[in-house]
Amino acid sequence: MVAAHNLKHALFCAVITLVISWPIMGLKLEAVGTQITLQGADPFTWIAIGVAALAVFLFQLFREAILGRLGMLKSLNPMADRKPMPQEKRLKLESIGLTLLIVLALIWPFFVSRGSVDLATLVLIYIMLALGLNVVVGLAGLLDLGYVAFYAVGAYTFALLSQYWGISFWMALPIGALLAALFGLVLGFPVLRLRGDYLAIVTLGFGEIIRILLNNWTNVTGGPNGIGGIPDPTLFGMEFGRRVKEEGNVSFHETFGIAYSGEHKVIFLYLIALVLAVFTGLVIRRLMRMPVGRAWEALREDEIAARSLGLSRTGVKLSAFTIGAFFAGFAGTVFASKQGFISPESFVFLESAIILAIVVLGGMGSQMGVILAAIAVTILPELAREFSEYRMLIFGAAMVLMMVWRPQGLLPMRRRQIKLSTGE
Amino acid sequence: MLLLEDVHTHYGKIEALHGVTVEVKQGEIVSLIGANGAGKTTLLMTVCGNPQASSGRIVLEGRDITRLPTSDIMRSGIAIVPEGRRVFSGLTVEENLHMGGFFNTKSEIRKGIEHVYELFPRLKEREHQRAGTMSGGEQQMLAIGRALMSKPRMMILDEPSLGLAPLVIKQIFEIIGQLREEGITVFLVEQNAHQALRLADRGYVLETGRIRLQDTGENLLANPDVQNAYLGG
Ligand SMILES: Nc1ncnc2c1ncn2[C@@H]1O[C@H](COP(=O)(O)OP(=O)(O)O)[C@@H](O)[C@H]1O
Ligand SMILES: [Mg+2]
Repeated sequence: MVAAHNLKHALFCAVITLVISWPIMGLKLEAVGTQITLQGADPFTWIAIGVAALAVFLFQLFREAILGRLGMLKSLNPMADRKPMPQEKRLKLESIGLTLLIVLALIWPFFVSRGSVDLATLVLIYIMLALGLNVVVGLAGLLDLGYVAFYAVGAYTFALLSQYWGISFWMALPIGALLAALFGLVLGFPVLRLRGDYLAIVTLGFGEIIRILLNNWTNVTGGPNGIGGIPDPTLFGMEFGRRVKEEGNVSFHETFGIAYSGEHKVIFLYLIALVLAVFTGLVIRRLMRMPVGRAWEALREDEIAARSLGLSRTGVKLSAFTIGAFFAGFAGTVFASKQGFISPESFVFLESAIILAIVVLGGMGSQMGVILAAIAVTILPELAREFSEYRMLIFGAAMVLMMVWRPQGLLPMRRRQIKLSTGE
Repeated sequence: MLLLEDVHTHYGKIEALHGVTVEVKQGEIVSLIGANGAGKTTLLMTVCGNPQASSGRIVLEGRDITRLPTSDIMRSGIAIVPEGRRVFSGLTVEENLHMGGFFNTKSEIRKGIEHVYELFPRLKEREHQRAGTMSGGEQQMLAIGRALMSKPRMMILDEPSLGLAPLVIKQIFEIIGQLREEGITVFLVEQNAHQALRLADRGYVLETGRIRLQDTGENLLANPDVQNAYLGG
């Protein structure tokens, strides 16, 4: 019985594989002169498609056995069966670990290559984004698929302000974040009445609208050509370029009498990103323990119960949405400054999906997990760069394995328990 | 204390309450009984403003609350123990109580939690246990305790005996009796008509969105129609 059912299912999957890959890979459009003709692919492709279908067939046929094996991998994980530590000890360990990590992160860039530091800056930007989205998705339980919109608002705010009014990075940082937060507030207001899937779809739409707007409002945003010449941050009026661009500023290397090096700028940007990421993490940690954090949690746990206690649904959701957007704006400003050039292409849906993947991989709600996941998700594709076009495939496979192996995420959130009655 | 006047409530185009008038006076325990689907939950939720009444008037302590948003209503001295308990299952007992006093000061919360533990020593024993892992009766106690945390003058309970063992039901009804001693006005909705009417000063019988009968608890218990329909003859 079971075997027969499996066989049918496996056959079905194999046929689907054939049906999908045959037209996509097996047929080619070739331009011959002015005509376009349809041609079959070479025999090798056909064999490959056949092998793929066979693999799908076999996998589906022995699915239980294979997945069972995979499930057993859990026992390879040394952390899996560990008893949970008592809360005090865990918090202490966590803060020691975090402090060490930050110290390490502070000295590390002075010993590695410029490329590594640049990549690390990107990781930090993703950490900021993921920490912000974690508030929305992990803590408040609102599935936001258009988070990248707020990232774009932050980046474009800085780019436009600097282009039209010559406003510096440090001025633009709060403005970009606040403007993104404002967008979050204005968008959240009508949208947060929706729940679950509906909310996801509307936010997805919003993300696309912002991108399309940036793409088409050519005379302001430059459209697909983007905006270039975004200035680097300065350190107390010191610029990091070889020559000073703005009047009244001095250059970093001349002030300190050292030779000019392009690395200074990269490291400085990295440090800014680090400070901002730490700031983001600390602020959100703080918020989680404040009443607003508990309200997010209550609303996520049980909306009706939370409302019966007098919490305003819209207010609580809006606060999460706005705060999440704020930090996306932050990250956007840093991103614009790091790249020096932005275009709508940096803010496609895939970005939202990656940030969401980081949050889910990290274990919804857990900050440490999110940080680890951000590192993994940003660096893995870079390491896999040699595999060029198969990068995303490997990335996807890693995600699937991850979800089988550890569906609750790398470090699932362990809530910090409130203890009141003991002493105090 | 609470007055509903000719309240109609709609779910979309469907009318669930066809002009209900109910009054709960200060210090009373009033029970509302009715079969499944009669509209009991709808009536309570209408008091809470979710959904709002499409016509009629709801007055709480002299203030018209018909058009107020739920969050405002729930902060004006009224608390609800919702149908199905709805404790925060991932939170501990203590955290659940803490949430109940969301709008109170820290010292008020501390006192409130102590008070709840006095009423329910059982909860004290489980203060750091996750609410979702407790028995139905304990969860119901927690739901009542959580509602008490906001120091309500009036408490609404939606089928607190639902799905509980007879012995536990007895305990829960004793606790509801105690609420009156605390000076809390109680509006109780039940399918368990016998216990609910015995405890009540007055009772209402709701049938398909209309009030059929209203009388003292005793008289309703003795009423042959009520006996036939709700007390198993
Ligand atoms: N959210 C809702 N949407 C539409 N109809 C509903 C909803 N909730 C309840 N109803 C309908 O309203 C009527 C009364 O339901 P309810 O108040 O839950 O009854 P009770 O609590 O007495 O069992 C029922 O016919 C039910 O189907
Ligand atoms: Mg009901």
